[in-house]
Amino acid sequence: MKLTLNVWRQKGPNDSGHFETYHTDKVLPEMSFLEMLDVVNQDLIAEGKEPIAFDHDCREGICGTCGMMINGVPHGRQIAGTPTTTCQLHMRFFKDGDTITIEPWRAKAFPVLKDLVVDRSAFDHIIQSGGYISVPTGAAPDGNAIPVPKPKADYAFDAAACIGCGACVAACPNASAMLFTGAKVAHLAALPQGQAERYDRVLRMVDTHDAEGFGGCTNFAECEAVCPKGISIDVIAQMNRDLFWANLTRSQPKAKKESH
Amino acid sequence: MAAVVSFTRTTIGKKMLMAVSGAIGYGFVIAHMAGNFHAFEGREEFNAYAEGLRTIGQPFVPHTGLLWVVRIVLLVAVITHVWMAIDLSRRDLASRPVKYAKKDTVQSSFATKTLRYGGTAIFLFLVYHLMHLTLGNAHSNFIPNDPYHNLVSGFQNPISVAVYLVAMAALGMHLYHGVWSMFQSLGLNSRRTDLFFRRLAQASGILLFIGFSIVPISVLLGIVK
Repeated sequence: MKLTLNVWRQKGPNDSGHFETYHTDKVLPEMSFLEMLDVVNQDLIAEGKEPIAFDHDCREGICGTCGMMINGVPHGRQIAGTPTTTCQLHMRFFKDGDTITIEPWRAKAFPVLKDLVVDRSAFDHIIQSGGYISVPTGAAPDGNAIPVPKPKADYAFDAAACIGCGACVAACPNASAMLFTGAKVAHLAALPQGQAERYDRVLRMVDTHDAEGFGGCTNFAECEAVCPKGISIDVIAQMNRDLFWANLTRSQPKAKKESH
Repeated sequence: MAAVVSFTRTTIGKKMLMAVSGAIGYGFVIAHMAGNFHAFEGREEFNAYAEGLRTIGQPFVPHTGLLWVVRIVLLVAVITHVWMAIDLSRRDLASRPVKYAKKDTVQSSFATKTLRYGGTAIFLFLVYHLMHLTLGNAHSNFIPNDPYHNLVSGFQNPISVAVYLVAMAALGMHLYHGVWSMFQSLGLNSRRTDLFFRRLAQASGILLFIGFSIVPISVLLGIVK
């Protein structure tokens, strides 16, 4: 396959960056998108040039490390037709002679580190502010000691499937992380273990979300359309519900003291 | 009060204020559209309806008393809606300082993508509409306390009718997304209700556009004269 690639190249966080065009004819339809980039990088290395930097890890669609805008859609999802990650997008979805534009996630909260690599620490900060349950350590509890109704368990699992790739932020016209934040809020709100901290959690996590510089939700639902795990904007409604109740009944919790 | 103020702290809280103020506007436009149909009953009935809006609740409240209560509620709703829209939009635009060279959307509708611009158009129309048929300073032949005359003479001008139709299309599009969005923002939506709220929003947008357009078109065509 012959391809023309327009790739965002940026030396570091302070570089202004620019697009560069590459041509390759060594691509096979069986290759994954990342393997295609590997091939292009091998040529760049052979020419003594800097290879294109991109994040990747498992290459099985489960870790959430890889991710880039491919022709204006995160993970090139629209091309594959079903939710997927960049590593699971295969070159057979492209045509011989195609031009592909590749960009990093664009968001104030996700600064570009290099080329297609962005810093997603903002997601960690949101999780650290409340995306957990406080469990006193001790002997492991008996299995099935806490009954969870099957539909609730399924709902919680669907929400917990988030791999934190950031496609929701990348697709959102407002670079909002409400799907990511809502997924964790909804996951823990559905389970008995999550109840104790439920309303403080939503206040803290939404506060952190806003403080990290993400935009607000305008209900475009682009996030759920590109989510490789198919998480529904139901979780955003759940978060809104919980925040509404928290606003009426709670005063703002103070930032939790670091105790570890 | 502290609980109410706490809503303005987060983007979600601000969205809820948008949803509630939007819901007030939604209720208002439905009532307004229904009231407009009195135009088909002729001058006396239409003017009696207009007068009825001023005398409603008498003798318990003074003349135009309840009307002013409604006007103040609507004014507060409009101010809240516009204020929150500007506040949230500024933040949303700042959240992506470097734009994509190429950006595509997968499932958002035209109505969703044009909500901000449509909202601005509706606001400008609101100012014109009040100057046209309430205050009369944008009306060439305005007679106070004769709304039927003002309606019929105001819509003899095809340009004026065109402005109304464009504005009502913008309103229809706004509701086509906005009514569903209202339930989603307030957290009242879920998988079980999603399709219902989407259809409600679409039906609201289409029916209100048709309902509001009938009267000016009927005047222009001479059906109401």
